[in-house]
Amino acid sequence: MKKAAYLFLTPALTAIFVFFFIPVIAAFLISFTDFDIYAIGNYSRFQFTGLENYRKLFENDLFWKALVNTFYFVVASGPLSIAISLGAALLLNSKLVRFKGIFRLVYFMPVVTTLVAVSIVWRFIYHPEFGLLNYGLSFLGVEKIDWLGDPNWAMPSIILLSIWKNFGYNMIIFIAGLQNIPEELYEAAQIEGANAFQRFTKITLPMLAPTTIFITIITMIGYFQLFAEPYIMTQGGPLDSTLSIVLYMYQEGFRWWNMGYSSAIAFVLFIIILTGTLLQMWYQRRRTA
Amino acid sequence: MGKKTLLYGFLIISGFLTLAPFIWMVSASFMLDGHASVFPPRFLPDEFTFDQYKTLFSRLDVSRNLLNSFFLSVVVTLVSLTFNSMAGFAFAKYRFAGKDAIFKMLLSSMVIPAQVTMLPLFLMLKEFGFLNTYMAIIIPGMANVFGIFLIRQFVMAIPDSLIESARIDGANDFQIYYKIIIPLAAPVLVTLAIFTFMGTWNDFLWPLIVLNDSEMYTLPVALANLMGEHTKDPELMMAGSVITILPVMVIFLALQKYYIKGIMMGSVKE
Repeated sequence: MKKAAYLFLTPALTAIFVFFFIPVIAAFLISFTDFDIYAIGNYSRFQFTGLENYRKLFENDLFWKALVNTFYFVVASGPLSIAISLGAALLLNSKLVRFKGIFRLVYFMPVVTTLVAVSIVWRFIYHPEFGLLNYGLSFLGVEKIDWLGDPNWAMPSIILLSIWKNFGYNMIIFIAGLQNIPEELYEAAQIEGANAFQRFTKITLPMLAPTTIFITIITMIGYFQLFAEPYIMTQGGPLDSTLSIVLYMYQEGFRWWNMGYSSAIAFVLFIIILTGTLLQMWYQRRRTA
Repeated sequence: MGKKTLLYGFLIISGFLTLAPFIWMVSASFMLDGHASVFPPRFLPDEFTFDQYKTLFSRLDVSRNLLNSFFLSVVVTLVSLTFNSMAGFAFAKYRFAGKDAIFKMLLSSMVIPAQVTMLPLFLMLKEFGFLNTYMAIIIPGMANVFGIFLIRQFVMAIPDSLIESARIDGANDFQIYYKIIIPLAAPVLVTLAIFTFMGTWNDFLWPLIVLNDSEMYTLPVALANLMGEHTKDPELMMAGSVITILPVMVIFLALQKYYIKGIMMGSVKE
């Protein structure tokens, strides 16, 4: 019986061990070397340089720019998209609304589509001359904006795209969370004379807290990995205003083949995501304790 | 009454805004060259044409990329479903040394972003001679923790008595796996199949790194590459986007129940 268990486990665990765990460890080691394009041709041509990559990283303005840009993106689109998801979930969970299935489907549609393709579509929607967005805004008297060409607008444009692309996913999870809240709680509150706002803040929000924390963690992890949108729409520009950590890692590692340096970037990303996840898990534990 | 109208009005307008990019994408893909680059923008083609699609399939040969995407998504889905279901079954129904420790280690590894593994994996595949081949996409997709987790949760709910009675009837472990567990776990397997297929289809960064011949490109990579040369051809690019998005959209619409159930299942983990 035990032998069977190991047989069943072997293919998956071998694949994960060889093609995930070993690369993680290797990346960690490479991040302490000067592994570059010469070393790819000849593996004897690299050496351990200790913390040199990390030192260079923290002295590099471009890295800080990428870090700040990525935090800007996560801090702005994370809470915004979660708020919109919650709003949509509340509306679609309301007893007043019929045809819930259709609305849910429509709002969810962007989630399943290919990020590269929709980034291309939005690139044309943001076109300063012919784009739909400027056309729509012209009716509100807004002057033409060069969305992707203006360093101040490029990141907000990417934020808008990513909210549109993702809010449906969290909306579905919120709807599931809302349906798990017992109806009696609301009935009791109504008898006690609580108004709609009080019912929302005193029942809905606290009961949704575990869902919200889960959503915050997965949204944060996903958003820190921002890559395809700037790659397609701005190539990190203008003036590096949309350069993200992963885009910077990609450029250093796979365009310039500075693999040691690039691995160090990847590990900084990992540490950030790990810290964020642990903080939120700690917060959740403190709440429930 | 007024409140209800307002609510529906809001829902319909936001629904229209959500779909607007897709509507324009489809519409522009049927326009002649240059007809989507006008002010004010056209919402419908003035002259309906298949020219953009013809160009894509004849001159730019996207049929090859379409085929690559289909083939890779199907293979990765089949292989990972097999490996994940065997491991999920083992974690759900067997007792063995180190089970909890291994499972915990797998779960906590989910916090490591895939980007960390990409450089060493690239070097590894280069050593094997797998760069720019289908293997470069298939190998890292053979098994994943999320799939194992999802299947384990589902299989744990299958009563042990079913397994016991099959064993008494003389079924061996492998027969139990494919005659009892696989059929009963069909709903979660379908869900996971959709996730994996779409994930592989939509993936961009990894194929961009390991595939470097236009013949080997998957659709998203081919599309991104095309964008570099055709920044001023929205009509062509929209046709390319339609071809890329349409298959996943059709699959989603056909199997949405399973997909949505999967998101909810994935979110109940503690």
